[in-house]
Amino acid sequence: MSESGHAESAGAAAGAAAGAAADASSAGDIAISVRGLVHTYPSGVTALQGVDLDVAPGERVAIVGQNGAGKTTLVRHLNGMVRPTEGEVRIGDWSTTEKSIAELAHRVGYVFQNPDEQIFARTVATDVGFGPKNLGFDEERAQRAVSDALEAVGLAHEADVHPHHLSLSERKRIAIAAVLAMQTPIVVLDEPTTGQDDAGVQLIAAIVGSLIAQGRTVVAITHDMDFCIENFDRVVVMAQGEVRADGPAEEVFADVAALEAAAVEPPQLLRVARALGWSGTPRDARAFVDQLAQQRGSGSSA
Amino acid sequence: MANANAPMIELSGVGFAYEDAERFTLANLDLRIDAGTVTGIVGASGAGKTTLAKTIAGFIPLNEGGTYRGAASVAGRVLAEGTLSEAAAAVGLVTQNPFNQISGARFTVREELAFGLENRSVPRDEMERRVDEVAARLRLEPLLDRSPYALSGGQMQLVAIASMVIMQPPVLVMDEPTSQLDPAGTRLVYDVLSTLSDGGTTVVIIEHKTELLHEHCDSIAVLAGGLIVQHGTPGAVLADDRLTSWGVGETRVTTAARLARERGLLPVERALPIGVDDAVEAFSTQTGAAS
Repeated sequence: MSESGHAESAGAAAGAAAGAAADASSAGDIAISVRGLVHTYPSGVTALQGVDLDVAPGERVAIVGQNGAGKTTLVRHLNGMVRPTEGEVRIGDWSTTEKSIAELAHRVGYVFQNPDEQIFARTVATDVGFGPKNLGFDEERAQRAVSDALEAVGLAHEADVHPHHLSLSERKRIAIAAVLAMQTPIVVLDEPTTGQDDAGVQLIAAIVGSLIAQGRTVVAITHDMDFCIENFDRVVVMAQGEVRADGPAEEVFADVAALEAAAVEPPQLLRVARALGWSGTPRDARAFVDQLAQQRGSGSSA
Repeated sequence: MANANAPMIELSGVGFAYEDAERFTLANLDLRIDAGTVTGIVGASGAGKTTLAKTIAGFIPLNEGGTYRGAASVAGRVLAEGTLSEAAAAVGLVTQNPFNQISGARFTVREELAFGLENRSVPRDEMERRVDEVAARLRLEPLLDRSPYALSGGQMQLVAIASMVIMQPPVLVMDEPTSQLDPAGTRLVYDVLSTLSDGGTTVVIIEHKTELLHEHCDSIAVLAGGLIVQHGTPGAVLADDRLTSWGVGETRVTTAARLARERGLLPVERALPIGVDDAVEAFSTQTGAAS
């Protein structure tokens, strides 16, 4: 894979994925509603201890917390891979207990943390085309969905390659393309930036941005707090199977008690701002420098 | 260490092309790493980092077909001239996918951790002591009686690291060992690496998280196009103006400092900060100077 091709596609991602906007917008008003969700695995481990979560159409929500906090168990309820032990999960007017995974796939696309759990076909294009075909897209729409999705993740030139000849970070992007191609109103990403280099992270950020621009909902689990605050408006903090904080990124990253309970370290620039005694919560480098200029202007010393 | 001045790892003019590949993944590469240091390797995907890790560990050329040239040695020995098991005794390699590293020959994590020691005929009581010790350091005690295959990705990654650390190799090479770990697990791994390096182990770690490398490494080498294009202190390498052109991301602090410098809020002659502590120093001086 060429590095330049991959960087170029970061810029092209917004344009490429925008092609799918018309298809997705008709189903773009589907909300997620999770009520009193408890999940106990057959092993006896209770992974979720009563979770409530509402996500409006078009929101971008990041879920953060330690391994074992229940994040993956929670999002696997959204496409029916895991069913509630108690409580209810609704995707628009559907209750997940009344729908099959195949039916829920029309509304919720799920990208696995480990792409090898998801990829199975002999060529990249076949793998990415599997979902659209199963959703009953006609030939022309399916082909277009596949080529748009591969372009969005910068792998259009690898369409005929066997996925296992590609690197782990490329396979991760195939897994993302396979879900983009299904053009679902809701996209769930389980640790999308794992193993990605700088260009890969920027590419995924561009994909999240273009999905949101199309009015689609993005729910992502992430351990990368810099990526989190730069790309998500709302942050949900989980610990021990419970939601410990849920709100705008600026507020949640100021909630020291919740972050400590979840062993989450705030983004780097927020840690600097806090150590300097600033009251604001700059979300990116530009906002940080604006605040630095203000501090200097007001002459207040840290 | 027979000669304190000789590097622990020395690669001179090393090149490698995989079988049927059109180009050399590593091209005439030079790298020197001192004993007892922690060295970070950074670079874009496809730059050759995993190939470099396998080359340091002797897997290339011993266990991988292709075209190999140049000379690579560890502790003065050319691994390519020995056997794979001699290479494995000299260098512990933690591979990128922990699943591939599980032996498949053992039923529990405890047995998995002991497997390498058993093969070396380490006495049972020492074996048990070492398993307990490494399990405590990486908080694996609750997993010891589980199947290695019934673990999460992050847990499997910790077991793969533990199964190498327990062998106490003089050199430990780790290929993105924390990719599936949460921040707490990641910190645990870096604490263990620091302890090992204090005890004289030479550690080489491939990692995308540059903020962590800044905190824990003695030096950082940048791999681009199959060559080491820069190798120096974390402060110098991570503030290098060419870093992003090599496909490596700066820390957010460094990006902010560049912007601050452009806007006249940070003196041009001041070194760009990389981590939180040096950023606080750089930016509080500025705030103070204004008042």
